[in-house]
Amino acid sequence: MKAKIFASIAVTITGAILLYAVTDFPNFGDPRSPANAGVEGGSSSASLYYIENTYRDTKVPNLVTAILADYRGYDTLFETVVIFTAGMAIFAILRVLRNEDAPSAPDPESTNRTIDGDHHRIIVGITCRIAVPLVQIFALYVVAHGHHSPGGGFQGGVMLGASFILIALSGSLRDALARFSEASYIRLASLGILIYAGVAFLPLVFGRNFVDYGALRGLLGTEGEEMARSHGIFGVELGVAFTVMSVMFAIFANLSTRGRLKGGL
Amino acid sequence: MIVTFDIIILVFLVIAAIISLSVKDLLAAAMVFGIYGFLICLLWAEMGAVDVAFTEATVGAGVSTVLIIATILNTRRRSTD
Repeated sequence: MKAKIFASIAVTITGAILLYAVTDFPNFGDPRSPANAGVEGGSSSASLYYIENTYRDTKVPNLVTAILADYRGYDTLFETVVIFTAGMAIFAILRVLRNEDAPSAPDPESTNRTIDGDHHRIIVGITCRIAVPLVQIFALYVVAHGHHSPGGGFQGGVMLGASFILIALSGSLRDALARFSEASYIRLASLGILIYAGVAFLPLVFGRNFVDYGALRGLLGTEGEEMARSHGIFGVELGVAFTVMSVMFAIFANLSTRGRLKGGL
Repeated sequence: MIVTFDIIILVFLVIAAIISLSVKDLLAAAMVFGIYGFLICLLWAEMGAVDVAFTEATVGAGVSTVLIIATILNTRRRSTD
């Protein structure tokens, strides 16, 4: 009880300080706020540069994608590494590699798999069977169309991972693992990082800076450096999508089965 | 900004937050937390941050709810405190 009183006092004080700090925020969409106009209120701020020059530099209409994958490519590379590390941490903590060392409950798959007479499971299973390909096609569209519309590697990757989770939820984890085995999700998660780091590293070969995709112009055979940067962004998004998809499914598979990859929800 | 839309979302946001904190059934708390994530997604979309809204819809309302439920089913269902 004492702990609760102390906790509520701490929460109230923190909330009051936060509310007080909010009054110092610039108004929503204020063109003269520091983020939009630079500290001096001049015209040399970063966001003005992005708004005026992103399309000219990269031929990517969606500013968010261009900033994340090109101008701030370093950040996104290591964000992807963070996701990969999270997946590895889950694996290291939860995965049980020795098989029959725990008091094993009766394998739920044997009961789950009997479809006869279980109409609920048939309806859910068939609906998800129809939904999964649609989700995956839309996810690929989100990955590939991130240049022009909201989305990109991260969102598309999460959706691809979620489609495999949907298979596991509607049928059984065994069905999902048959389509996306442990070996393949570990390989794909690493491959994603490799694609991203590889695309980011290639410009060094041409004597340019890390993540300066414009240098890939000769390699990709594009007319200008802008299109090379656009294609470089796509390559990077693909890497992000691979890693995120694999890690999302890996986390689900390990969490739902306590790392045994058997039974499951 | 559409002020009425804002107010409706924010009111439901507070209600969802309080419910998901106070309800004893952890499965219900997880579902209400998913609703909370989706309301925040609506709020982002309404403020023009469509990319963030998309991420919130997939991660916050979608996958994290499933992950929380997967974790709950490996624990006891009811909170004891």
